[in-house]
Amino acid sequence: MPKNPAIKKVLVLGSGPIVIGQAAEFDYAGTQACRSLKEEGIEVVLLNSNPATIMTDKDIADKVYIEPLTMEVVEQLILKERPDSVLPTLGGQAGLNLAMELEEAGFLKEQGVRLIGTTAQTIKKAEDRLEFKSTMEQIGEPVAASLVVESVEDGVAFAEKIGYPVVLRPAYTLGGSGGGIAGCYEELVEILENGLRLSRVGQVLVERCIAGWKEIEYEVMRDSMGNCITVCNMENLDPVGVHTGDSIVVAPSQTLGDKEYQMLRRSAVNIISALGITGGCNVQYALHPNSFEYCVIEVNPRVSRSSALASKATGYPIAKVAAKIALGYTLDEIKNAITGKTYASFEPMLDYCVVKIPRLPFDKFISAKRTLTTQMKATGEVMSICDNFEGALMKAIRSLEQHVDSLMSYDFTALDIDGLKKQLRVVDDRRIWVIAEAIRKGITYEEIHEITKIDIWFLDKIAILTEMERALQTQELTTELLKEAKRMEFPDHVVARLTGKAEEEIKQMRYENGITAVYKMVDTCAAEFAAETPYYYSVFGGENEAERTNGRKKVLVLGSGPIRIGQGIEFDFCSVHCTWAFAKEGFETIIVNNNPETVSTDFDIADKLYFEPLTPEDVESIVRIEKPDGAVVQFGGQTAIKLTEALLKMGVPILGTSAENVDAAEDRELFDGILETCGIPRPAGHTVFTAEEAKHAANELGYPVLVRPSYVLGGQGMQIAISDEDVDEFIGIINRIAQEHPILVDKYLAGKEIEVDAVCDGEDILIPGIMEHIERAGIHSGDSISVYPAQSLDDAVKATIVEYTKRLARSLHVIGMINIQFVVCRQEVYVIEVNPRSSRTVPYISKVTGIPIVPLAAKVILGHKLKELGYSTGLAPEADYIAVKMPVFSFEKIRGADISLGPEMKSTGECLGIAKTFNEALYKAFLGAGIRLPKYKNMIMTVKDADKEEAVEIGRRFEALGYKIYATGSTAKALNAGGVHAVRINKVEQESPNLLDLILGHEIDLVIDTPSQGVDHSRDGFLIRRNAIETGVNVLTAMDTARALVTSLENTDSKKLTLLDIAAVS
Amino acid sequence: MKAFLILEDGTVFSGISIGSGREIISEIVFNTSMTGYLEVLTDPSYAGQAVVMTYPLIGNYGICYEDIESERPWPDGYIVRELSRISGNFRSENTIQHFLEEHDIPGISGIDTRALTKILREKGTMNGMITTNEDYKIEEILPKLAKYSTGKVVERVTCREKYVLEGDGARVALLDLGIKRNIARSLNRRGCEVTVYPAFTKAEEIIASRPDGIMLSNGPGDPKECTEIIEEIKKLYRTDIPIFAICLGHQLMALANGADTYKMKYGHRGGNHPVKDLQTGRVYISSQNHGYVVDTERLDESVAVPAFVNVNDGTNEGLRYTEKNIFTVQFHPEACPGPLDSGYLFDRFLNMMEVN
Repeated sequence: MPKNPAIKKVLVLGSGPIVIGQAAEFDYAGTQACRSLKEEGIEVVLLNSNPATIMTDKDIADKVYIEPLTMEVVEQLILKERPDSVLPTLGGQAGLNLAMELEEAGFLKEQGVRLIGTTAQTIKKAEDRLEFKSTMEQIGEPVAASLVVESVEDGVAFAEKIGYPVVLRPAYTLGGSGGGIAGCYEELVEILENGLRLSRVGQVLVERCIAGWKEIEYEVMRDSMGNCITVCNMENLDPVGVHTGDSIVVAPSQTLGDKEYQMLRRSAVNIISALGITGGCNVQYALHPNSFEYCVIEVNPRVSRSSALASKATGYPIAKVAAKIALGYTLDEIKNAITGKTYASFEPMLDYCVVKIPRLPFDKFISAKRTLTTQMKATGEVMSICDNFEGALMKAIRSLEQHVDSLMSYDFTALDIDGLKKQLRVVDDRRIWVIAEAIRKGITYEEIHEITKIDIWFLDKIAILTEMERALQTQELTTELLKEAKRMEFPDHVVARLTGKAEEEIKQMRYENGITAVYKMVDTCAAEFAAETPYYYSVFGGENEAERTNGRKKVLVLGSGPIRIGQGIEFDFCSVHCTWAFAKEGFETIIVNNNPETVSTDFDIADKLYFEPLTPEDVESIVRIEKPDGAVVQFGGQTAIKLTEALLKMGVPILGTSAENVDAAEDRELFDGILETCGIPRPAGHTVFTAEEAKHAANELGYPVLVRPSYVLGGQGMQIAISDEDVDEFIGIINRIAQEHPILVDKYLAGKEIEVDAVCDGEDILIPGIMEHIERAGIHSGDSISVYPAQSLDDAVKATIVEYTKRLARSLHVIGMINIQFVVCRQEVYVIEVNPRSSRTVPYISKVTGIPIVPLAAKVILGHKLKELGYSTGLAPEADYIAVKMPVFSFEKIRGADISLGPEMKSTGECLGIAKTFNEALYKAFLGAGIRLPKYKNMIMTVKDADKEEAVEIGRRFEALGYKIYATGSTAKALNAGGVHAVRINKVEQESPNLLDLILGHEIDLVIDTPSQGVDHSRDGFLIRRNAIETGVNVLTAMDTARALVTSLENTDSKKLTLLDIAAVS
Repeated sequence: MKAFLILEDGTVFSGISIGSGREIISEIVFNTSMTGYLEVLTDPSYAGQAVVMTYPLIGNYGICYEDIESERPWPDGYIVRELSRISGNFRSENTIQHFLEEHDIPGISGIDTRALTKILREKGTMNGMITTNEDYKIEEILPKLAKYSTGKVVERVTCREKYVLEGDGARVALLDLGIKRNIARSLNRRGCEVTVYPAFTKAEEIIASRPDGIMLSNGPGDPKECTEIIEEIKKLYRTDIPIFAICLGHQLMALANGADTYKMKYGHRGGNHPVKDLQTGRVYISSQNHGYVVDTERLDESVAVPAFVNVNDGTNEGLRYTEKNIFTVQFHPEACPGPLDSGYLFDRFLNMMEVN
């Protein structure tokens, strides 16, 4: 069936800010879909509040609205733009929920706008618990039996019916407390009695326990004719019990026979057909390890994280095909873009093995619980491809960039057999390392399987890796042994460590014996047809398919690896734009990256894609084949920057700012020298190596001081210390995160924080705009609300900032991008940080100023001058509207993480508010971040002494808005003394009703809790913040943020928002 | 032990010997299924051929005897990237290594199967030798390779005597040209009483048993070599008994009616081939294993018209006989291995018998 000719203008809904569980994969899907729609001549209107995405670029959609994803906004937008259709299936859960709200309100029908890609009925059937259950029953697909009970008798009766063990989940308790797994009658009664008591509504869900079953997923596509295909299936190494986003996943499934594989495939096809989905869908199964019994765990009637992974694992562009299906095409009419010969109506066949490992944020949240559960905690993931599982696992491990390079990287050697058995019961991100040690110590597969339920096929693969470690340690390193170690992807430095040789020696031995990586193609069809898109992965042994191309000049673009806090999707935006810019300049482009969620690893972004770890050895193997004319490192965040030295050693010229100058910005001594020559002040500080030196420096500077390791991104390990004890503690933490570089101790200045991104051609600079942070210095720039143009700087200060930027860019001989952070304290401008590379704010500032910063930087890198490119130099004229970038956090997902903001970055994403006035922009930004107030008009304040004065002012303003304020002892006293009525409430440890009761009572809009600087030793504050977050209460930990919020609430009316087409900004 | 795979074009792959150490010459074909290696091994259509699995990890779930498609493995040789040393499935009763050894089937592992597949794709299916003889003389081997042909393999794989699968429903006569068990099982599961006849049974005997329907199974080799069977099929065609045929059976019915068949460059072997039902426009993902295909050019439209077509390359995948109650498909609705999507064709056959 050809395209529906009635579809001419489509509104695509994005997924909003990046949070845990809804991340870059939706930028990838959305971007691919928008391009696919435009290819068909459709006018695309895009709505997404996330400015860091590629999909919100004017190249991707015709009209781009970076506005909050709320009903009010969508309704206004539909009235303004009059699309004939809305496509919600590419915007994750956020997109689907919005579509549902619109449909239920009858708005779409009223306006004659059709929903494409899905129907409201389909969404309801898949998302509504009861409807889903009944649909599955109708088509005979099993789901885990469950029942809500209100008495022990009912629970027992149901458990006897479905059989033990059963999972018990009390309704409305915090973080699932009071729940558990009951294996027999006695346990059931005990847990159930307790759970019923704890539940606020006296209800407990009793569910058949499927923990420990195999977890299998299928990605299915269906068109309007009813044709179905499965793109791929995937097997989780971690059995049911760990969220699939936090599991190690392998594609295709490894331990299923054809009978199991086809049984579940058939089921997935039945389900997508019964739900009437046209497009993509993901079905998750629990498969009993010792029978053919299975349960459907969940269905996602849209593209998802798993579909992004499946696309990258197979080469099948799910989002692109889903978009075409939404327009009315059938699968047999859509070309397979990889082969160019076959059609979308086939199933990819893999001739390799894919392993995905989640990137978990426990290096950021040291206090958080590492346990993995059904609540996803990963911020990102890495994927690797190899022709054997061992190799794919080894490559994925080193792609994580978490100081892990093998199964020896977490040290459990100190544990004895009993200790290991105990540790095996702990389900966390280090489990495969524990298993490796258990195998080394001789614990049998059966015993490990008994505890972990991980299939013995995977255990054997881990065992094979440990056997290789042992062989390398004990045997002579023959060519054969080295060949086998490389086949399993042991990096040279690991082989060197195990054999007691030098890494260089191993490399030499490899080259002499022809043991080098070769590259194979991902072609969707296991070589059955010749493929046209060069998408490669490495293996050792065999024929090389990646032919060196000649002719055009060739540039290597290094990606930014897995998404983590501090290095997010912004860097993928930069890498992709850099690639496009070089291609426009006539270059052949090559991307190296390992992140399956991103646009940069889509098959048609660069001329060639190498899906590989970003380590020196892996990059060198590519360089040996491709011999690029240069490499660009300034767009791939710290991941790419870290490869600079290695690239130089390989003889690859670094395009843009030279390596020495990158070093000069990071090396304290060199940098101080440069600042001195430029006559630019910075907060006084010292470089130290020990805690003693640090304390000495701190006392000399006077507390508070900022303590941080050099060479890190996102302020990792950075803290404000107010005492010697703090310094001791911080240095301890810094040393734990494998610090080889010196530690910096600086005087902390509590001024206004200013940020600037600039392009420099060696002579002139262009600053698109100056950004000002709402929060005072001390809170990481990524966690601060950032306003463009700066609102409170006078012309003299602005001129100084421009002048300093120019001087710094010139002295560092920057060719390309530079990012500088300043503190303005009593009209004096200090430099606090310089990054001679692209930064987190580049996508945002590009969009709101309309200046294509990355393409400009790319041109400058190639030798063009800003003047000849038609841009003025210095500070660009300010736009006539205001843009507010708001950080978004995922604290509720990470139990035990402290949410108070400080110099270490904690946010996972951002959204934008843009409007003619500051107040409206601010309101939109809060709205986009999900802070929708007022609701109950009750709030709690508990602030540190230094903030009491400001608390009075802010409290008064909230009171004027009708808020009832609760406050703890001293805060209440201060408020009341200042004339603000505050109800005094007991602290956590005091008798009820206390703060916690109030928070758990679900009638609080907001908690303002400012922890004292330094290590917050109060368990109280921590408890308040955690409990508030986990019950869905907004928590602010800085007075500046609170002031911004009250300002926005005082000034805006959501019905009167003005919507701005970013694509028209230039 | 080392093993070598020597191709007709002179390419030599060196790997490790698996299964038997015997030396064999065979036709080398590749299969792209990611699961179902046991079903592939026990599919009689592979008689006279050596199979390369393009999926690199084979043997992961061991040997589950209830999944075998005939009483023994048929390929002359087995070629894989890597064999798993253990099996991770609750039903596994054996490892693939032992299974190959028990049946004296030689094989080779540890070679670049993707490179091999690309050669077969580019140059077409060719003959090859698997040997463990390190002192092989290539100039002596190549002429031998050129001479090899699969020959008349149907007689090797068909049953010796007829047998019956009891059922209460329609009575189906199933001609075993190299049958996969699941064809009989698919009918039997739908209630049919299935009588399986050896390939060289006379048409008269089958007709005399007055079956409600006749099925022609899959099987190995060049269809044009089955001249005697084609003659019998002509007689079956002349009756009014509903006939359903799969793979070789489909090709033989076409040949019996004046169509031609030809050898494809490298065939279709795998579980991901899209076929379009020309009557409904629906596309199904099918299991396939064939090296020859019906040439519809010379097909008399008054006799038969295409019923299915391959979406990838447009080759014929099925015929509907206009004057008769007969339809035939090139692909495998019985799956095993592969998707179960086209299983509805057995229902269609049952319906044909009922209407008749």
